[in-house]
Amino acid sequence: MAEATEPEQTPRELTMSRAMVEAIATEMRDDEEVFVMGEDVADYGGIFDSTEGLLEEFGHDRVMDVPISETSFVGAGVGAAQAGMRPIVELMFADFFGVCMDQIYNQMAKNTYMSGGAVNVPMVLMTAVGGGYNDAAQHSQTLYGTFAHLPGMKMVVPSTARDAKGLMHAAVRDDDPVVYMFHKRLMGIGWMPAPDGPKRAVPEEPYTVPFGEADVKREGSDVTVVTLGLHVHRALDAAASLVDDGIDAEVIDLRTLVPLDAETVLESVRKTGHLVVVDEDYRSFGVTGEIVASVAESDLDALEAVERVALPDVPIPYARPLEDEVLPDADDIEAAVETVVE
Amino acid sequence: MPHSTELEEMYGDMVTARHYEERLQEEYLEGKQPKFDISAGPIPGELHLAAGHEPAAVGVCQHLDDDDTVTAPHRPHHVAIAKGVDLKRMTAEIFGREAGLSGGKGGHMHLFDPDVNFACSGIIAEGCPPAVGAAMAADKRNTDAVAVSYLGEGALEQGGFLESLNLASVRDLPVVFVVEDNDWAISMPKERVTDVADGSRRADGFDMPGERVDHNDPVAVYEAAERAVGRARAGNGPSLIEVQVHRRMGHFMGDAQGYRPDEEIERLDRLDPIPRTEERLRAEGITDDRIETLRELATDRVEEAIEWAKEQPKPAPGAAHDDVFVDSPAGPAAAETGGDD
Repeated sequence: MAEATEPEQTPRELTMSRAMVEAIATEMRDDEEVFVMGEDVADYGGIFDSTEGLLEEFGHDRVMDVPISETSFVGAGVGAAQAGMRPIVELMFADFFGVCMDQIYNQMAKNTYMSGGAVNVPMVLMTAVGGGYNDAAQHSQTLYGTFAHLPGMKMVVPSTARDAKGLMHAAVRDDDPVVYMFHKRLMGIGWMPAPDGPKRAVPEEPYTVPFGEADVKREGSDVTVVTLGLHVHRALDAAASLVDDGIDAEVIDLRTLVPLDAETVLESVRKTGHLVVVDEDYRSFGVTGEIVASVAESDLDALEAVERVALPDVPIPYARPLEDEVLPDADDIEAAVETVVE
Repeated sequence: MPHSTELEEMYGDMVTARHYEERLQEEYLEGKQPKFDISAGPIPGELHLAAGHEPAAVGVCQHLDDDDTVTAPHRPHHVAIAKGVDLKRMTAEIFGREAGLSGGKGGHMHLFDPDVNFACSGIIAEGCPPAVGAAMAADKRNTDAVAVSYLGEGALEQGGFLESLNLASVRDLPVVFVVEDNDWAISMPKERVTDVADGSRRADGFDMPGERVDHNDPVAVYEAAERAVGRARAGNGPSLIEVQVHRRMGHFMGDAQGYRPDEEIERLDRLDPIPRTEERLRAEGITDDRIETLRELATDRVEEAIEWAKEQPKPAPGAAHDDVFVDSPAGPAAAETGGDD
């Protein structure tokens, strides 16, 4: 198979969901051991279009609708992976981890270690995150910190179609369990319009985005904005607006949380001296604190000022004015940047 | 067999629930046409409507008092109406208004009305364990209250349901599990997720009575629930009832239902429980005039609730930070609704 890492761009543009499906389909064609299972992944094509069209090519044996039994089918993914297959299991909303967390963190994440490396779990757990459409406290969370905190799972979060495809190829081929979190708002679903950013030129040939390599989505000299997922686009909007104030922001897209590319963040902070970390997860005990801590531990002197932009520690409310209040947006990022560069 | 006053009450709740769902559908789609955008229009978020599920709600709740607890799933409005949840404040909640049951924090999948012991959850089958807990409280306090947990047939494959059946059974708790079988779990037809077509057979594995009501008929549900609620109230333990209901709309508003044959939706029109219940009313000697009056009362009540809800202010953004804990700043002010009925 022709393969390149980060090839030159071609003019063809795809939505993020099409890019993910293209990678999954290619992996399924190349390897009989790859299969997909989840709720509404076959005839419906995934509630967020993450498996759209796979049924038509691969049939119900390899694109499996399953009962609403997350413990059972996530755990079946673990078992099939340990038997040498490469399941891609969709958990419809990350919020639903509550009914199946044992299979995720006590089985999927730990079996490699507990077996002393005698077994491994090459599965992808693909799941939707994110709010902003008033789906309230049980269907809107962006639980980066919850999953990344627990050892044994790799964890990736694409922000563009180009990264989504490369990260999916890498996730399926990885010999460890990979949690692939996609933000609903980035998918390009008809009923939930995406911002302009994520739809990108995507090369037709397969390629991988290696884990542990953050991507500088915008270079700048005054402040380092570290983020991921939807908030890459919010940060880019903020950066564009900050130009008017004479502030040149660098925007780093982490792309993978586990492994974490702390080095790219550190290099940028050494250049700018100012750090703003942004995500859509709860503020405390999460990604934003982790990034700040890793920079502080490595080079405290490089750090002149720090701000975090995240959800306050409240469940996500339903009514629009309430949700708007707690979800970080471009204005919040701008304000944080202005605070640190002052 | 319910007496004629009860029949009228049940029918009144059925037409209230049906009109409510149809009106919410209209309101929800406003601003989302011609291109559906979930973030637009006067009603926020997802909306799961229960047109065609009414008999399961009214036939069971007819046997319940305010002290009895009901938990409902993500498709809760018809059950809330039958349980006597304050319709105005519920509607305000669905519209995301300050006067809503939760001050706009919960939304349509997360309705809480402690005055009538009603709650719901958007996570499949996760209303079952709290219903067992409400029954446990009634059991320990020696009250005669019962708990009813509503769930869809798609929830029968979920651990929370099966574990709850067992706990309720081994402790002889006063719980009734009511399964609304609408044949579909979003796009997944029942036969593709279970080999057990009759969900009431699940009760056998937990040594409790299980009964299936094959026709979407409020009287048949009433009779089954009379046995199950009676058994629970008498301290004889839990039961399970499965009711064949109809999902007349998509799983959520905006669901194009491409996976569903058109003939099925046409068939459901012929089986609509509302005209069939009217036939029953007539057979009991209730006149067409009276039926028309009941319909008008239901329509007026719904219109009044929607109108009232839309007049209510949206919550102040700062309220988002309240209510995380009991001692957080004030919870939603109990709104003056001027009485619901």
